[in-house]
Amino acid sequence: MSTDRRHTLPGGPVRRGFLLIWRGMAAHPRTYVVAVLTSGLFGALTVGVSQVLGRVTDSVVVPAIGGDAEARDALWLAGLALLGVAVTLALAVAGRRIYAGRGYADIGADHRRGVTRQYLRLPMSWHRAHPTGQLLANASSDVEAATGVFNPVPFAIGVVVMIVVAAVALFSTDVWLAVTALTVLPLAVVANLVFQRRMSPAVTRAQQLRAEVSDVAHESFEAALLVKSLGTEDVEERRFAQATDRLRAANVRVGVVRAFFDPVIELLPSAGTLAVLAVGAARLRAGAIETGDVVGAAYLLALMAVPVRAFGWVLGELPRALVGHDRISRVMDAEGDRAGGTGHLPRATGGLHVRARGLGVAVHDSSGRHDLLRRVDLELEPGRVVALVGSTGSGKTTLCGVLARLHDVDSGEVLLDGVPIGDVRDEDLTAQVALVAQQTFIFEDSVRSNVTLADVDDPAAPDDDAVWAALRLAKVDDVVHALPGGLDAMLGERGANLSGGQRQRLALARALVRRPRLLVLDDATSAVDPQVERAILRGLAAGGADGPTVLLVAYRMSSVALAHEVVHLENGSVVDRGTHTELLARDPRYLELATAYETERERRSA
Amino acid sequence: MSVRLDATSSLSGREVLRRGLQVSPELVQGVWITLLLAVLAAGGRVVVPMAVQQTVDTVVLGDAGAGRLGLLLGGAAVALVITGICSALVNVRLFRSSEAGLARLRVTAFRHVHDLSALTQGTERRGSLVSRVTSDVDTISLFVQWGGIMLLVSVLQIVAATVLMAAWSWQLTLVVWATFVPLVLILRPAQLRVSAAYARVRQSMGAMLGAISEAVVGAETVRAYGVEQRTQRRIDGAIHDWRQAQVTAQNRVATVFSSGVLVANGVLAVVVVVGTLLGIGGGLSAGRLLAFLFLVQLFTGPVQMATEILNELQNALAGWRRVLGVIDTPVEIADPDGGGRGTARGAARVELDGVEFAYPDGPTVLHDVHLDVPATTKVAVVGATGSGKTTLAKLVTRLVDPAAGRVLLDGADLRDLSLAALRERVVLVPQEGFLFDGTLADNVAYGARGADPGDLGRVFDELGLTDWLATLPDGLGTEVGQRGERLSAGERQLVALARAHLAGADLLVLDEATSAVDPATEVRIARAMSELTAGRTTITIAHRLSTAEAADLVVVVDAGRVVQVGPHAELVAQAGPYAAMHDAWLAQTS
Repeated sequence: MSTDRRHTLPGGPVRRGFLLIWRGMAAHPRTYVVAVLTSGLFGALTVGVSQVLGRVTDSVVVPAIGGDAEARDALWLAGLALLGVAVTLALAVAGRRIYAGRGYADIGADHRRGVTRQYLRLPMSWHRAHPTGQLLANASSDVEAATGVFNPVPFAIGVVVMIVVAAVALFSTDVWLAVTALTVLPLAVVANLVFQRRMSPAVTRAQQLRAEVSDVAHESFEAALLVKSLGTEDVEERRFAQATDRLRAANVRVGVVRAFFDPVIELLPSAGTLAVLAVGAARLRAGAIETGDVVGAAYLLALMAVPVRAFGWVLGELPRALVGHDRISRVMDAEGDRAGGTGHLPRATGGLHVRARGLGVAVHDSSGRHDLLRRVDLELEPGRVVALVGSTGSGKTTLCGVLARLHDVDSGEVLLDGVPIGDVRDEDLTAQVALVAQQTFIFEDSVRSNVTLADVDDPAAPDDDAVWAALRLAKVDDVVHALPGGLDAMLGERGANLSGGQRQRLALARALVRRPRLLVLDDATSAVDPQVERAILRGLAAGGADGPTVLLVAYRMSSVALAHEVVHLENGSVVDRGTHTELLARDPRYLELATAYETERERRSA
Repeated sequence: MSVRLDATSSLSGREVLRRGLQVSPELVQGVWITLLLAVLAAGGRVVVPMAVQQTVDTVVLGDAGAGRLGLLLGGAAVALVITGICSALVNVRLFRSSEAGLARLRVTAFRHVHDLSALTQGTERRGSLVSRVTSDVDTISLFVQWGGIMLLVSVLQIVAATVLMAAWSWQLTLVVWATFVPLVLILRPAQLRVSAAYARVRQSMGAMLGAISEAVVGAETVRAYGVEQRTQRRIDGAIHDWRQAQVTAQNRVATVFSSGVLVANGVLAVVVVVGTLLGIGGGLSAGRLLAFLFLVQLFTGPVQMATEILNELQNALAGWRRVLGVIDTPVEIADPDGGGRGTARGAARVELDGVEFAYPDGPTVLHDVHLDVPATTKVAVVGATGSGKTTLAKLVTRLVDPAAGRVLLDGADLRDLSLAALRERVVLVPQEGFLFDGTLADNVAYGARGADPGDLGRVFDELGLTDWLATLPDGLGTEVGQRGERLSAGERQLVALARAHLAGADLLVLDEATSAVDPATEVRIARAMSELTAGRTTITIAHRLSTAEAADLVVVVDAGRVVQVGPHAELVAQAGPYAAMHDAWLAQTS
């Protein structure tokens, strides 16, 4: 996709429709040249069959049965001619369908490649603004909606050729006969338009309800354990049955429209045939045409009964395709690059030195501007473990994201070893800064690949010794040892399921295996057993100035107490910083936070 | 006992249809009237070729006048209108019955998913379960709405056309059928190849969507570690595989379809040659031969249509098999024969008597567990991850049945009780409180039988959560968002506790949340928890020793065995695993 052209289609519905089809076909010129040519050949030959049949009737069949010996000798030739047309026609149909199918698959693949490239390119702020379900639908059902129309397109183009050839053939036989036969076409177009107008809202509603049924099922199955534990299967069944019944009613409405349209469009050519017979008989009597001409014209109309519906298929798919395309366009045309720089961040030994000055981050929504961070200053000395403490919504996660450049700042700057973070190139940043979030993501892959995030044959990937070392440091090596296959055990939905704490420790190993110089742990050990959490933190701090600089968000005071220093954040600003003991002594809100656990423990044991 | 759902039912095509109709009898409701109308509609389609034949024979080649022509064409036109009306009625009837049948199929499969054991539910991908009641049913709908109609009509048309052709010329009819024999012979193996290709398309589609979801759900991880290129490579590979599968399937379909086209048009050549020879021999007039050519088209049209539909049928059968695979997976945890009995309400006593448990094809995870929990006792179960404490919770709530031994509620084996009575008395509060997209009130009232708004206020009051409720923008009417995402993890737990309190069970089984939450919420949770458990028998899967400390009875599980049972003070004094755990904990919190 060229960068100078937006994905969104401009213009009114008709122009957009043409543009959609044109762009798709133009992206695969070779496939569509073959598809259109074979389809055109199919259209011409369909008419050709009736022409050859008419000619054969007139000059061979009728005279031969009438006793003409010359005609009788030509019979085999006539049979061969008909057979030849049949074989060519079959080949043309095969070519049309094969290449139409290829085009459909290629255009669908294009869309998916384009959409996923955007997913990987766009910043996290964009991802956070779009629900997961919507992004997944963009790559699945929206792509299907946008490409479905390409299946009947070559066929419809072939039908246009068929109609042109038929019109020429009919007009060359007799003007009256041609006019009579071709009256069917405008009638079919009118019927199609009426059909589309009634069909579109009905189909749109049915699609909506289909999504609703899927949502209810998804939510309900996700709540399966709750449903079971409360015994509310009946409640869920009723809820789902209601959604299903609405979908059923909507589908029936769609069906009723189709139920009346189908016979109309099917009977039009038959009615045309009767009209052709009436006119044909009169013209025959007037001596203007021959018997074969009437038969040929009638046959032609009968042949067109199915192909004429191809327009209906294209027109029927087009509104859906435009809706799907628009939804994809919102992803394709989304702006915003991540601020990847070009500068180097030299890989010195030991932890990174981090200095943040005047950091400000704000978000805007319907209710106005909200400051997530205000003039935050922060300095992390190499190899130090610093805890970030604050109540929910104080800005801890935002600050972590800024240090890993997942968030852009509105003001202020972050210097890593003196280099502004925005200037550092991606590969240097990700090699030296690792963020582990509370929500861990496990790929459907082996344990090894989940830690290295590299292909098995990648020479730059850490070796198994390094992986085991990281697993050991994250205190998850015994878990992996116990899995069938060890490092090769498959994880994710199709593989072994780990507990929340095990997942967090695996994510930690993923960070550690890269030997990061700055490790940002955003509540990354919340589900880990407190004793294990402390052991991990001790291991991290053991490196001293040679180990990584660690910024740690935690709720457990026993873990916080292990940090060299604590930064207390409230409402997006730094309230105080010092050692745990110092803050306990001089920061009343910190004392409140820190003692909440202890208070409760005393209350309970009292 | 099987853990996994059948990926697909192993029924043959005919059995699938029969079983499918058994589940959704609506599909064939009033089918006889529909069939009658369909016969009329199919018969009507012969009117035009007959009119052509008559016109050619008597008006064009013969010497009949304009009056005769008018009568013929007028009669045909009336017949056409009647045919159209019959077709429309057939369509409407079939749409109604098929949609009703599919709705039934969806709901039946949906309910069955909920009735399956927690084990089976847990081993399936969520998306794959959803697809069984959505897209798999949709693949059937294409066939039963449209394919079924056309197949029925096509078969009738083929029969009607054959009868008519035979009336015109039985010799030519034989010729036509003979020409179609090769097509019929290749159809079956060709269909198998087509359906295998479609199976690969579905499979590669699933893999592709899985790969794509990594770029969306794992976006932060991908960015934080700079693995965009590798992720894109994986996605591109999956897209490529899907594209290949799609192209292969389409090629096979195209081959089958164009063979049909070849035969349908080739047959004209054969009929012209053989028909003319018959005519020369005096057995056939030119008019009859021409009319026969029209009848052949009436024959080949539906044959081609039927070929297409049989391809479609393969697709539909695959979907149907997957849905039936769910419905026919046996439910392991079910009401006993006769529905089971109820039990009297009131604080519950629970006993485990020689209980053993093993996962299917797995090692035994609980050995010979004996435990007696008197009414209103608060029990804390402690032990390392994987020791079997969660399995204990599942057994007591009858999410699984023991391999040996019995679990008793007030002396009655859980397997003898009706599930409705059991779930009313025994409620499990899972670790992660699941919230539905709706208001706070909806979520708390969920599962409570006949709760009114006054009850809701009382629940929050009793659990000491009124002050928390006041901090929410709309109080009880606050929208919690999908999966409750507008609340924090701790707040979701509060809702789960309120829900459990309103449900008013006699035995609460609590799986304590492991996630650390912010301290203010933590305090609220602890307070609500102690109110919730007051006067009830509770079994808590404890992850914190502070919980065990506050319990009446501590049960220590190690490697699938209950190794210590007793009050906290007693166990701390004994040398043993519990004392060791407690020492470690004291060292950490001091």
